[in-house]
Amino acid sequence: MNSLRRRSRALWAGLTLLLILLLAACYPDNPQSTFGVSGPVAQSQLNLLYWILGAAIFVFVVVGAILMYITIRYRRRADDPDPEQIHGNTPLEIGWTIAPALVLVVIAVPTVLTVFDNLNSPDPDALTVDVVGHQWWFEFTYPHPDGESTVVTANELHIPVGEVVNVNLDSKDVLHSFWIPKIAGKVDLVPGNKNFMWIQADEAGEYLGQCAEFCGEAHALMKFRVVAEPREDFDAWLAAEAAAAEEPVDPLAQQGKALFEGSKAQCWSCHAVTGSSKSRGETGPNLTHVWSRTHIAAGVIETTQDNLRQWLEDPQSIKQGTIMYRDAKIYNDPANKLTDAEVSALVTYLQTLD
Amino acid sequence: MTTLAIPIPRRPVHPTGVWGWITTIDHKRIGILYGVTAFIMFITGGLEALYMRVQLARPEQELVSPEVYNQLFTMHATTMIFLAIMPMGAAFFNYVIPLQIGARDVAFPRLNAFSYWTFLGGALILKLSWFLGGAPNAGWFGYAPITGTQYNPGHGIDFWIMSLQVLGIASLAAAFNFIVTIINMRAPGMSLMRMPLFTWMTLVTSFLLVLAFPVITVALIELMFDRFFGMNFFVPAKGANPLLWQHLFWIFGHPEVYILILPAMGIISEVIPTFSRKPLFGYPVVVLSGVVIGFMGWMVWSHHMFTVGLGPVANSVFALTTMAIAVPTGVKIFNWMGTMWKGSIELNTSMLFALGFIWLFIIGGLSGVMHSSAASDAQQQDTYFIVAHIHYVLFGGSIMALLSGVYYWFPKITGRLMDETLGKINFWLVFISMNITFFPMHFIGLDGMPRRIYTYDPDMGWNMWNMVATVGSFALAFSILVFIVNAVQSARKGEKASGDPWDGRTLEWSMPSPPPEYNFAQIPTVHGIDAHWITKREGVPAVPVAGGSDDEGGHDIHLPQPSYWPFLASLGLFVGGYGLVYFQSVIGIAFASAGAMLTMISVYAWSFEPVNDPEEEH
Repeated sequence: MNSLRRRSRALWAGLTLLLILLLAACYPDNPQSTFGVSGPVAQSQLNLLYWILGAAIFVFVVVGAILMYITIRYRRRADDPDPEQIHGNTPLEIGWTIAPALVLVVIAVPTVLTVFDNLNSPDPDALTVDVVGHQWWFEFTYPHPDGESTVVTANELHIPVGEVVNVNLDSKDVLHSFWIPKIAGKVDLVPGNKNFMWIQADEAGEYLGQCAEFCGEAHALMKFRVVAEPREDFDAWLAAEAAAAEEPVDPLAQQGKALFEGSKAQCWSCHAVTGSSKSRGETGPNLTHVWSRTHIAAGVIETTQDNLRQWLEDPQSIKQGTIMYRDAKIYNDPANKLTDAEVSALVTYLQTLD
Repeated sequence: MTTLAIPIPRRPVHPTGVWGWITTIDHKRIGILYGVTAFIMFITGGLEALYMRVQLARPEQELVSPEVYNQLFTMHATTMIFLAIMPMGAAFFNYVIPLQIGARDVAFPRLNAFSYWTFLGGALILKLSWFLGGAPNAGWFGYAPITGTQYNPGHGIDFWIMSLQVLGIASLAAAFNFIVTIINMRAPGMSLMRMPLFTWMTLVTSFLLVLAFPVITVALIELMFDRFFGMNFFVPAKGANPLLWQHLFWIFGHPEVYILILPAMGIISEVIPTFSRKPLFGYPVVVLSGVVIGFMGWMVWSHHMFTVGLGPVANSVFALTTMAIAVPTGVKIFNWMGTMWKGSIELNTSMLFALGFIWLFIIGGLSGVMHSSAASDAQQQDTYFIVAHIHYVLFGGSIMALLSGVYYWFPKITGRLMDETLGKINFWLVFISMNITFFPMHFIGLDGMPRRIYTYDPDMGWNMWNMVATVGSFALAFSILVFIVNAVQSARKGEKASGDPWDGRTLEWSMPSPPPEYNFAQIPTVHGIDAHWITKREGVPAVPVAGGSDDEGGHDIHLPQPSYWPFLASLGLFVGGYGLVYFQSVIGIAFASAGAMLTMISVYAWSFEPVNDPEEEH
C-alpha cells in the first residue's frame, strides 16, 4: 500500500495546486471580471456562484478521491482470479440517488430566490433608462429633466451611484445582449420583446460593458461604458445632455455643419443633433454631445481629434463591417469621397458638440 | 412482377474495389465508412478550431477578418456536432449493434446504406460552401433574425439550411432503422433487460433522433421560406417574435446534446465492465437513468435561454428541471464506480480513455450544474465559461468515450490490436492537452470574455490564458496525430487479435476478428446479461445443440444483396440540395428538379429491385 499512499499524496498536492490556480485566476481587478463587483445584482450573482462553486468543488473532491482510490486499489495483478460478479446493491444505489438530490436542494433554493430578486425591481419609480441595441452600438434614452420629452445619447450610460436604475431593453435589428459584468449579469435585447432589468452601482467609477449575444460582423467591437457618479454630478450631466447643441461660431466649424447637413456628406440622414432643424436621423448614434463622450465608435477608440479624423476617413480600419461605411455615399461612391479639407471641417464641427 | 413500367437493371453481384464500397449494404462496411468519414470531418473541424485559436492567441491580431472568423466558429460547431460526433456514434451503432444483439445485419440494410450516403451528401453541401462564396456565418444555432436575408444576403445560410435538412433525412432514416433492428432482430433469449448497455443507449438515442429532428426540420423549413419566398416567420419588423426560433432550435438542440452523449455513456458502460471483469453495477438503474436522461432532455431547453427575458417563473422552473437532470447523470457515474469497485481493473488504453471520460465528464457536469442556476448564469451565459463547459462535455465526454470505443473495438474491426505503448502516450497527451486547452477558458469566461468575438482589447486581462489555450490546442492536435499514426500502423501490421482479445462479455466477442460477412454462423441463444461471459464461464452453450437453425458454416445464409439504388437516391438529394441553395437561378431550379427526379426514380427502382438469391430459383 506504499504506492497507494504516495499516489494519494500526489493527488492532494495536485488538488491544492488546482485550488491555488483557481483562486489566482479570479482577477477581481480585470475590467470585465465577474469578481470584484459593485452593486447588489452582481453581488448576489457572485454570492450564488461562490455557493455553487463550493458545492461543486466539494462533490469533485469527494467523487474524485473515491474514483482515484478504486482505480488504484483494484488494479489487476497478474494472477488475479475473476472477481466476484456483483450485480448491484440496492441500498447503496438508493443512497447515491438521494445524495445528489440533497446537494441540489442546497443550490436550488438560493437560485430561485435570486432569480426573483434580480428580475423584480426593488424601486419601480426610480430613474428608468431605455436601452436599444443597434448593429453595433447602444442607444440610451433618459427622461428629460423637464418631464416631457426625452434625452438620447449613445454608448455611455451615466447613472447616479448607489441608486436603483430601471432599464428597459429592446433592439432595432438583430439580437444583442446588455452586460456590465461588475454591475449586473446580462439580459438580451430582443427586437420586439420589451425586456427589463435593474442595476445599481455602489461605487462611483467607470465600468465596462460589452454586447454578449452574437450580432454579426462587428460583434466583438460593440462596447459601452457605465459612468456611476454622485447624484449632483449625474443631474448636471443630464442637464447638459438635455441642452441643444450650440450654434458653431468658428467659420471652419460652420463649414463643417453645412457639410453635415448638406447633400454631399448627408450625415444628417442617419445622425441627430438636437437643435438642428435638419439633423434628425435615427439610424446612427445621436451626436448632440458626442465630444463630451470619452470614446467613439461604440467604445472602441478614445475621443481625440486624430481618432475622429481616422474614423471619418476610414471607418473600416477601426471597425470592420460598420454600417456607416457600408451605407454612406462618401465611402461607397468614389465620386463623393470627402477631401482632406472637408474632413477637417467636419472634425472641427463635431468638436463643438460637447 | 415481370411487367414493370420501367425496366430495373440487374442487381450488382458481389462487386469488389470501389464499386464494392459504393454498393455495399453490409452494416460492418457501412460502419467503417461512417467512422472514416466522420474522422476526416473531425480533422477539418479541428483545423477550423486551430485557426480560431491562432487568431485569439494574442489580442488585436489580424490573421482573419471578422467575417471569416464568424464563418469559422459556425463551421467548427456545425462540423463537430453533425459531421463528426454524431456519425462517429453512428459508426459504432452500425458496426456493433447487430453483433451485440446476435443479428446478421440491420433490419433495413439498403436504408442503412442510404443513411450513410445521404449523410455524406449533407456533409459535402456544408463543407464545400467554403469554396462557393463563403460558409454560413450565424453560429451553429443560427439565431433569428440574423439569418434573414436582410442581414445575411449571401448563400452561406442557404448551404447551412440545406445541409442540415439533408443530414436530418440521413439521421431519421438511420434512427428508424436502429429502432426496428433493436426491437425486432435480437437473438432468442435477449430480452430488453438483457441487452448490452451500448445497445440500450443506441435505442434511446434513436428515439431522441426521431423525435428531435422533425422540430429542427420545421424550423429550417420556416427559415427557408423566409429566405426564398419572403415569408415572415422570423422577421421582427413584420411582427414576428424571433424567440420562436430559439424555442424550436433548443427543443431540438437540447435532446441533441443527449444524442451526442448517450452513445458515449453506452460505450463507457461496455468498456468499464470488460476491463474490471465485473458485470455492470446496477444494470437496471443504469438503463433506467439513461432513459430518464433521454426523457428529461425534453424539459430543459430554456436553460439555453435564461437571459432572453422569459421572466422569473420560467427561469426558475427550467433551473430546477436542469438541476434534476444531474441526478440520473450522477447515478450513472456512481454505478460505473460501483462496477470498478472490487473488480480486477486492467488499465489499458481503452480503459484509460474511459476513466478520462469520467474525470472530465464530472468537471463538465459540475460546470453544467453551475449554469443551471439561472441567476448566476446571467454572468456566464455567452462567455468562455460556457465554451469551457461544452468542450468538457463534448470533448472530455463524447470524444474521449469514442476514442475509448475505437481502442476497444479496433481489434474486432481490423483483426489487429492497436499498439498499447503509443496508445498510452496518445491518452496522456489527449488528457493533458485537453485540460490545458479548455480549463483556462473557465477563467477568461469568469473574467468577462464573451464568446464569438474575433478580437479583444489587450488590457482586459485575458491575454495569458488565451495564449495558454492556444498552445494547448496545438498539443491537442498533435495528440490526435499520434492517434492517426497508431491507428494506421496497427491496422497494417499490428499484433493479430483473437476473436476475444479482452475476455469480453457481450456477443460481438464470440466470433472471429474481423467477423465474417454473415456475423453469426448460427444465431446464438442468450441466457442472461453478458451473454458471451455466461457462455465462457458457466459453460452454457450459446448455440442450441439440436434443432433450430440448419445453417452450417454460413453456406446457406441469406444475406441481403448489394445495391446501387441507395447511393443514387442519396446522390439525388445531394444534387437537389445544391440546386435549392441557388433557388433563385434557373440552373439552381434545374439542379433541384434533376435531383428530385433522380431520388424518385432511385426509390422506385429500389422498391422493385430483383433479388439475386440462389434460393429463389429453387
